Amino acid sequence: MDQPRIVPNAAVSSAPGELDVRRRIKYEEELDHAFPNRIAELAHGEKFYSCIQCGTCSGTCPVSHYMDYTPRRIIAMVREGFRAEVLNSQTVWLCASCYACTCDCPRGIKITDVMYAIKREAIEQGVYPKRFPTPVLANAFFNQVMKDGRSSEGKLMMKVFLGTNPFKAFGNMLLGMKLFFTGRISMKSERIKDRKSLKALLAALDRLKEAK
Amino acid sequence: MKYLYYPGCSLKSTGRAYEESILAVFKTLAISLEEIDDWNCCGATAYMAVDECKAFAIAARNLALAEKQFKDEPEVHIVAPCSACFMVLLKTIHYMNTHKEIGQNIRKVLSEAGLKFENRVKIRHPLDVLVNDYGMDNLMRAIKNPLKGLRAASYYGCQTVRPFESFDSNRNPMTMDKIVQALGGQPVDWSLKTRCCGASLTGTIPEVGLRLSYIILHEAQQHHADVVVTACPLCQFNLECYQKKMTSAFGHKIDIPVMFFSQLLGKALGIPESDLGVKRLFVKPSKIHSGQGGKRVYV
Repeated sequence: MDQPRIVPNAAVSSAPGELDVRRRIKYEEELDHAFPNRIAELAHGEKFYSCIQCGTCSGTCPVSHYMDYTPRRIIAMVREGFRAEVLNSQTVWLCASCYACTCDCPRGIKITDVMYAIKREAIEQGVYPKRFPTPVLANAFFNQVMKDGRSSEGKLMMKVFLGTNPFKAFGNMLLGMKLFFTGRISMKSERIKDRKSLKALLAALDRLKEAK
Repeated sequence: MKYLYYPGCSLKSTGRAYEESILAVFKTLAISLEEIDDWNCCGATAYMAVDECKAFAIAARNLALAEKQFKDEPEVHIVAPCSACFMVLLKTIHYMNTHKEIGQNIRKVLSEAGLKFENRVKIRHPLDVLVNDYGMDNLMRAIKNPLKGLRAASYYGCQTVRPFESFDSNRNPMTMDKIVQALGGQPVDWSLKTRCCGASLTGTIPEVGLRLSYIILHEAQQHHADVVVTACPLCQFNLECYQKKMTSAFGHKIDIPVMFFSQLLGKALGIPESDLGVKRLFVKPSKIHSGQGGKRVYV
């Protein structure tokens, strides 16, 4: 990952041979108090403040043990305004959208949709991990569907491998061949017929956004 | 009743066997299924991460096309076999109905593209249609080759039975198990029916995704399942195509066929394998043998 990581607890002194002294807390004035409202707005008024920090989301999440901040902590950090930490965390890019947390949250918070809101904000702010495959996949997929109306899985896979780690594309050759020979993949582009109406739809959306 | 069919991109590619078997099963049961003309991608999970408004709008285009195609029907039932498509279409209707502004915006951009959404659409999963509309009694009557005790672990994956209303429990769904039982199989009682398979993580962050798929298959093997049956093209892909990798990464031999429920159902209905996409599977189901006396249970 070659993203500019904003280090929340920057070392006070880190010269070789010296003690690594870091401030472990954040001062109130360093928090971004507009951040929770921004995310709540993007997530259509999800009520972070009714979260009781029970941790059910983190317990039910199948990938929380890989995350730098568990879903419970992300909610707590969003509502306190830990903007840099949240937008730079790997958490949202590990979320597989399985909706387990949303189903189990005793306060009815749509946590998966909060994760989506954070992803969108991170992409918009350009602070997402650039070569991390999840956003590469999201963008490649998005562009393909914008243009053709359908996703062509063969081409999509190639793009993701080349956009992240070209060597992996060779590592997965065997799988690709097997898929090809069982007729499960092709390099042909899938397209809808009426791409004009899709374009008109997307253009109308852009106009709507500009009007705002 | 007539149904419209929304295949989605996976059912035309990696999940072709799912489409082939669903179409064959519906045809054999004489349930009318008509593909939505010029449907587009539902947007899946990736679209939501980039631009939510566009995600809802492109999903809604399909809903509008469906209503146009069935313009005289008071209710338009769309069968969406892929769980991501199923969930995204449900979610789009949910947000359009519960958030006034989203509903208005999407209707506005649809009309500028010459389309209209009248809220006549119901999104249906094929499992729901088979169990609740066609009915278990009718299904049982249609069976020609019962499964002779095949132990099938039903794996629903996450998005089929998760939020935005669903036809089955999100903790312990049973529709697929009921079908397995009706076919003469033994449904495996296990706890990972709706645990995430890793979804696109298996491709993007294999260290994480592979482990998630492995946990599911290992558990199915621990329960002596002969086969895992699923209702999602991505789950089927993740669970089937990386078994050798799992074996070498985690040290337990993983070797178990992973089929679409519709393939197993088609087999029991007497549909030839060539019409069910069985040849597209990596782990061939022909090697399933019953534990008791080595009798073949998958005919």
